[in-house]
Amino acid sequence: MPATPLLVIEGLCKSFFGVQVLFDVGLTLRPGEVLALVGENGSGKSTTMNILGGVHRPDRGRMTIDGTDYAPRGPRDAEARGIAFIHQELNLFRNLTIEENLFIGGFPRLARWLPLIDRRRVREHAAALLAAIDLDLAPNTPVSRLSQGERQLVEIAKALGGDARIVIFDEPTTSLTDRETQRLFAQIERLRDKGIGVIYISHILGDVMRLCDRVTVLRDGHVVGDAARADLTVDRLITLMVGRTIDQIYPPRAPAIRPGPPALEVRGLSQRGMVESLDFTVAQGEVVGVAGLMGAGRSEMARILFGLDPFERGTILVDGRPLERVTPLTAMDRGMAFLTEDRRAEGLLMEASIADNIALPSLPRFAAGVARLLERTRLGDAVERTGRDVQVNATDFAATLAKNLSGGNQQKVVIGKWLLRAPRLFILDEPTRGIDVGAKYEVYKIINQLAAAGTGVLMISSEIEELIGMCDRILVMAHGEIRAEIERAAFDREAILRAAMWDSVRHGAAA
Amino acid sequence: MSAVRIDARRGAQGVATVSWLRRLLLSEYLVLLLTIVFVLVMLPVAPELASLETWRDIIGAMMPLLIVATGQAFVLIVAGIDLSATSNLAISSVLAAAVMTLDGGPLAAAPAWLAIAAGILVFVAVGSGLGALNGACVTRLSMPPFIVTLTTMMFFSGLAIWITTLLTDDGSSIGNLPQGFAFLGQGRIAGLPFSLLIALAVCVVAHVVLSRTLFGRWLFAIGINPRAAEVSGVPVRRAVFFAYVICGLCAGMAAILYTARLETGTPVLGQRILLDVVGAAVIGGVSLFGGKGKVLWVVFGALFLTVVDKGLSLLGLSLASMFAIKGGAILAAAVIDAQRQRLLRA
Repeated sequence: MPATPLLVIEGLCKSFFGVQVLFDVGLTLRPGEVLALVGENGSGKSTTMNILGGVHRPDRGRMTIDGTDYAPRGPRDAEARGIAFIHQELNLFRNLTIEENLFIGGFPRLARWLPLIDRRRVREHAAALLAAIDLDLAPNTPVSRLSQGERQLVEIAKALGGDARIVIFDEPTTSLTDRETQRLFAQIERLRDKGIGVIYISHILGDVMRLCDRVTVLRDGHVVGDAARADLTVDRLITLMVGRTIDQIYPPRAPAIRPGPPALEVRGLSQRGMVESLDFTVAQGEVVGVAGLMGAGRSEMARILFGLDPFERGTILVDGRPLERVTPLTAMDRGMAFLTEDRRAEGLLMEASIADNIALPSLPRFAAGVARLLERTRLGDAVERTGRDVQVNATDFAATLAKNLSGGNQQKVVIGKWLLRAPRLFILDEPTRGIDVGAKYEVYKIINQLAAAGTGVLMISSEIEELIGMCDRILVMAHGEIRAEIERAAFDREAILRAAMWDSVRHGAAA
Repeated sequence: MSAVRIDARRGAQGVATVSWLRRLLLSEYLVLLLTIVFVLVMLPVAPELASLETWRDIIGAMMPLLIVATGQAFVLIVAGIDLSATSNLAISSVLAAAVMTLDGGPLAAAPAWLAIAAGILVFVAVGSGLGALNGACVTRLSMPPFIVTLTTMMFFSGLAIWITTLLTDDGSSIGNLPQGFAFLGQGRIAGLPFSLLIALAVCVVAHVVLSRTLFGRWLFAIGINPRAAEVSGVPVRRAVFFAYVICGLCAGMAAILYTARLETGTPVLGQRILLDVVGAAVIGGVSLFGGKGKVLWVVFGALFLTVVDKGLSLLGLSLASMFAIKGGAILAAAVIDAQRQRLLRA
C-alpha cells in the first residue's frame, strides 16, 4: 500500500448554534483504500462528510489532498478536487437519459464556439463509461426505467467520468437487493484497484467487515477508534460505537407497575416494503419505545397507525375495539394523537399563529350548531390554557407565528395541539429531534404526565439513551419487523443496537 | 419590524421611508386608498365621476362582480383557482333563461312567480353543480386547479353558446323573461338597489363563514399547509370540494343579477370580466399562494376594478386600451402580492 495519504483530515471542530458536534475529528485515506466510517445516528458522520464536500465550513481543523491544503468554499470546489459523493437519495435526474445525466455538468460541444451538444461524442463517452462499470444498458435509456442498483452504478460512472479520486458512499446498500449489492461491491473493489480512495459510510457492519480495509469509528463527534479490519470484529465495533456514559438526565417517573388495559393493540399489520406482521400492545399509562435504524420502518408504522398511509393486512384495535376505516379522522375520534417527525412540513402551519396551530385539531369540538360557528371565547381560553400548560415561550399566542419560534417551542406547540384533545393514545415520532436539552427535558416531563394520567404512549426515537430513560418497554425494529421486545429491567444499549443491526450481525457472523 | 422602527426613531431618513412604504404595502386599506387617489386624479378630466348617476352605474356593475369574486376568494384561500367562473355564469344564465322565457319556455303558461322561482333554482343548481364538477376533478382526480378550470372554462363557454343556438333562431340570446324577474337586477328597496342588498347579504354570509366557522378555519389551514392540515384531522378533500361548490354557487347568483339587468340570458355574459373575477380578489389582497384572504379585501378589489373601468370609459378609451390598463393593474397586484409575501417572510 502506498505510503502517501490521498486525503488527511486533522483536528476538525464544528458547532451548530453553540452546540459542538465535532471534536478534533481526524481521518486518513490512502489511495487504493476503502475506509469505513461508522457510528450511530448523530455521531458526526454526516457533518464530517458535509465539511469534506464543502457544504459546511469547519470552525477549526485542516484538510489536505495529496499533501496540499484543501479548504472548499462550496460543493464545486470539492468536485474540482476530485471528490465525488454517492448519496442515499441519488442525485440523478430521473426524467433524463443515462448519457444526459453523465454529462449534465458540461456537455461536449460540436465546436468550441458553437454551443450545440456533440451527440456522437456524448454517446461514445457514455458507452465507454458504462462499459467500465459493466452496466449493459444503452446510454439513451431514461434513468426512470433503471432499478435502484443500476442508478447507483450510473452515479459511479458519473464519478469516474468526472475523474474522481475520492468517492464517498453514504449508506449505498439500504435500498439494494442482494444481487445489486454484490455488483456494487465488485465495482467498489475495481475503484480500489484503480487507486481511488473510497470512504464507505454504513450501518450494516457485516458489509463493512467484508468490504473495507480500515474502519474509523465516530461517537458523539469524537473519533473513538481507527483500526485495520483484521484487528476488528463486529462485536468490537458495536462496543466502540455505543460505549458512552448516559449524559442526559431524565425526569423521574414511576413506571407503570401494573399496566392498565390495552390502549392500542396491533395484530399482524403488514404493508409490502414497509412493515411486516407487526404484533404489539401499548397499555394505558404505559410508555412503549420503538428503536431501530433509519429505514427500519418505524415512521412508516406510525403513519399507518394514524391512517396517513394504507396497509394491506392486519388489525388495529384502540381501547379494545377495532378501527374500521383508518384515516386521521377516525383515529382521532378514537382518541389517537400523532406527533410527526417532520415538524415543518406536517406538524405545523408555519405561517399561522401559535393559537391557530393549537386549535386546529380540536376545532370541531368548539363548533356549535348547524353552521358550525366557532365558540371563540371558549376556544381562546382552552388554547391559552394549553399553551401555558406546555410552557410555550411567547407572550401573545394569537400574534406570534409558529415559524418565529425556536425548534423546542415549536415542538411544544405541536404537543399542545394534541393535548387539547386529551388523547388516549399518543404516537410520538422523534419528539425531541432538533430541540435543545432544556426543551427536551420539558418534553419528557409532559410525556410522563400523560402516562401518569393513563394515556398510552408509543414513542419512536433514534436516541437509544432517550428510550432507555423514558420507556417501560422497548420494541426494536429492523427491516419492517419487530426483532426484539425488551422490558425495562432488561434494558441494555448493546442488546438494543444488536437487535437493530440484526442483519449486519448475522452477516458478520457468517463472514 | 421592531428593528425598523428603532432605526426610524434614530432619524435615518431612508429607513423611515422604507418603513412607511412597508406599512403601506402591508396595509389592508391600500387598495381603497388607491381607488380614492384614482378618482381624485381623474376628476379634472372626467368630472362626471363625481355624479350620483355614475356611482349608480358603478354599483350596478360592481355587485355581480363582487359576488363572483367573493366565491373566487374561497378557492384562492385553499391555493386553488377557478378560471371557469365566468363560463359557469354564462351557462347558468342561458339555462335559467330557457326555463323562464315566455317565448315557448316550459313555464310560459305558468304563473310568473313560479317561473321566476324555478329560474332562480336553476341558476343556483347549475352554478353549484358546475362548481362541484371542478371540485371533483381537483380533489378526486388530483388534477391541478389551473388546468381543470382552464379547460372547463372553454368547455362551459362552448356549451353555453351551443345550447343557445339549439334553443333560439338567431342563436344570440334568450329574452322575453317574466316582468318580475327584472326587479332582481334593477329594482330598489328604500332607495337602495336590490342588487346591492343581495351582494351585501352574500358578503356578510361569506365573511361569517370564512372567519367564524369551522369550515372557514379549515380552508385557511389547508391553504397554508395541506399536509399539516391533514395530519391534524382536517378533511382536506371534502373542504376543498366545497370551496369549489361555493365558488360555482356564487357564479350562479351573480348570473341572476346580470341576467336580470340585461333581461336576457346570453352565453357571452361575463366574458368581459373573465380576468376581473380573479383580479378583484387578488388586487384586494387575497393571496394566490393560499391561506390569506378576507371578504372586505374582495370588496375593495372589486370597487377598484369597477371604478377604474368606469373612469377609463368616461375618458372614451377604446375597449382594447381599457383591457391593457386593467391587465396592467392586475399584474401590478400580483407583483405586490409577491412582494408582500417577501416582506412577511423577512
